[in-house]
Amino acid sequence: MGAYELDGSPYALERAALQELLDVLRAHGYTTVGPQIEHGAIVYDELHRIEELPIGWTDVQEGGSYRLERRNDDALFGYNVGPHSWKRFLSPPLRLLWRARKTEDGFEFVVDEEPPPRYAFIGVRACELHAIQQLDAIYMAGAATDKDYQRRREALFIVAVNCGKAGNTCFCASLGTGPGVGPGYDIALTELLDGEHRFVAVAGSVRGAEILETIPHRSATDADIALAEATIAQAARRMGRSLETAGLKELLYRNIDHPRWEAVAQRCLTCGACTMVCPTCFCFSIEDATDLSGQVAERWRRFDSCFTLAFSFISSGSVRTSAKARYRQWLMHKLAAWQDQFGAIGCVGCGRCITWCPVGIDITAEAAALRAEESGQLQPEPAAV
Amino acid sequence: MATQRKPRLAVWKFASCDGCQLSLLDCEEELLAVVEQVEIAYFLEASRAVVEGPYDLSLVEGSITTPADIERIREIREASRFLVAIGACATAGGIQALRNFGDVREFAAAVYAHPEYIETLKRSAPIAEHVFVDFELRGCPINKHQLLEVIAAYLHGRKPNIPTYSVCIECKLRGTPCVMVAAGVACLGPVTQAGCHALCPAYGRGCFGCYGPMETPNTASLMTWWREQLGASPQTIVRALRTYNAGNEVFRKESEAYEHAHD
Ligand code: SF4
Ligand code: SF4
Ligand code: SF4
Ligand code: SF4
Repeated sequence: MGAYELDGSPYALERAALQELLDVLRAHGYTTVGPQIEHGAIVYDELHRIEELPIGWTDVQEGGSYRLERRNDDALFGYNVGPHSWKRFLSPPLRLLWRARKTEDGFEFVVDEEPPPRYAFIGVRACELHAIQQLDAIYMAGAATDKDYQRRREALFIVAVNCGKAGNTCFCASLGTGPGVGPGYDIALTELLDGEHRFVAVAGSVRGAEILETIPHRSATDADIALAEATIAQAARRMGRSLETAGLKELLYRNIDHPRWEAVAQRCLTCGACTMVCPTCFCFSIEDATDLSGQVAERWRRFDSCFTLAFSFISSGSVRTSAKARYRQWLMHKLAAWQDQFGAIGCVGCGRCITWCPVGIDITAEAAALRAEESGQLQPEPAAV
Repeated sequence: MATQRKPRLAVWKFASCDGCQLSLLDCEEELLAVVEQVEIAYFLEASRAVVEGPYDLSLVEGSITTPADIERIREIREASRFLVAIGACATAGGIQALRNFGDVREFAAAVYAHPEYIETLKRSAPIAEHVFVDFELRGCPINKHQLLEVIAAYLHGRKPNIPTYSVCIECKLRGTPCVMVAAGVACLGPVTQAGCHALCPAYGRGCFGCYGPMETPNTASLMTWWREQLGASPQTIVRALRTYNAGNEVFRKESEAYEHAHD
């Protein structure tokens, strides 16, 4: 991957201008959400003040392990992605679809007309922007459009951040989904830590440009821009993992009966954590509930996972009873069938499923093992140990 | 023919601590809705009035530990249209199933002055080991919202919506970062059935396994990770697996695999 090209006319912002950015967005009616430390991890939550960011912290990630560590500077965005993804704001894990009450002659719907919040996401990474665009293609596909998602999405303001470092479980560079952000943001920031602490800011939309104009800024110098590009290029070089995509779909389809699936099933807990943390996993189930009196019925939408038995339950039983069948279904869908379904790989290389798997199962290692065995190389050790 | 009478609910107790029955009393507001819909025909914990069977729904708390228990649970089954076992005692034998790993006569001799008066079974057994059970509601104690869901489901003739997947899914739904990954805390959540809304991880603790094994538990893999990555000793593993659901086959077998292991 070559050096990332910044487009538009870049501005340079001082750190104090970022608080003004938050204030302006809030004054425009946005609920600002950004990274914060909670329970020993960097999660996404409502953000009022820049001081709430994980200033001076970074994350050290490995398969099944995540630890926060102090940096030796005051970087605002000196970490990668954590256990949350933006999907929980665009498509909440639990959502009431409707409620109905029995009447004399049938039933009536009780409409809950609370409009969803207008979010401004602060600190969206390149991989995450790609993930949001994947969700768009799924949830806003013509007749099947999810109206609630669409409302949240159309109101969304995205402040993206280019990664200045990559995590041990990151592999966006090999998928072309990062570490520099692609189109789709309103404002993109690159944090510069050499010399004066400053940010190179680029507008990616008309409203992004309008908001940028209202906060204190100066034009970025050539030196600022060169440093921003070098920062991103450095992150691309220091990526902990990679995934070979050439012929990946065919490779997987050819190896549907490979013994490797049995080996990974020995370790897989079928806990579903990987799917829940994945920013592109989009499956949900629909659940109906009645109250004790039988007068009120509700329909709920809840995140689901292909690792549960209920997921593949039809008429008299589950189709995928073994861990092997379920892990294979997941990996095959992400890396192969997704290509047939949506025209792209369903993985953006964020590494969450590797880090947050309780036993460190690694999607890149599993795919690599199939490839290595096919080409007659020695099978690498599972990355979990 | 359908009658006008309200369905009759009974709550029965065997060897247990009453905690699950208390979950029903703990429903407070919802309890009023319950009594509007059902006639509480037998519930010593709540009222002294006793109504003869038959019962439409029997909730059974506690495990079977004496010969008299076996007789009584058979009578209850006879008198009940639906029988739901509630809590770890009724579904796995409870904490008292620790006796299953030793010799109950030795325990009795150590505790009682006259052990010859003690009539007890060798094992503490779940209800389903003795009679047919329509539904098992897990937990130590059970979750009151799940209990209300089960009662509502039986009242309206539908399947209770009680998930059998892992506690991990509940952690993720509520947004709790994993304590095992982020803090190296040993957690039973990946092999434990959901139901508590991931209460312990939300407070930085590993899951204690109150709801018993999830639908397809891979305890061997999780314990290998505890051993190799978290440095858990065999004794830690045995103790973690032998609590309220010690009597469950899955947890019992895995604990036995580590019983004679040494560091
Ligand atoms: S499959 Fe894993 S690495 Fe890929 S997008 Fe999902 S969580 Fe990230
Ligand atoms: S995968 Fe790439 S874009 Fe995403 S956090 Fe890691 S380095 Fe940044
Ligand atoms: S791969 Fe890991 S996170 Fe996913 S279900 Fe298996 S054990 Fe759980
Ligand atoms: S804290 Fe425990 S239950 Fe929650 S995700 Fe981690 S391993 Fe699973």
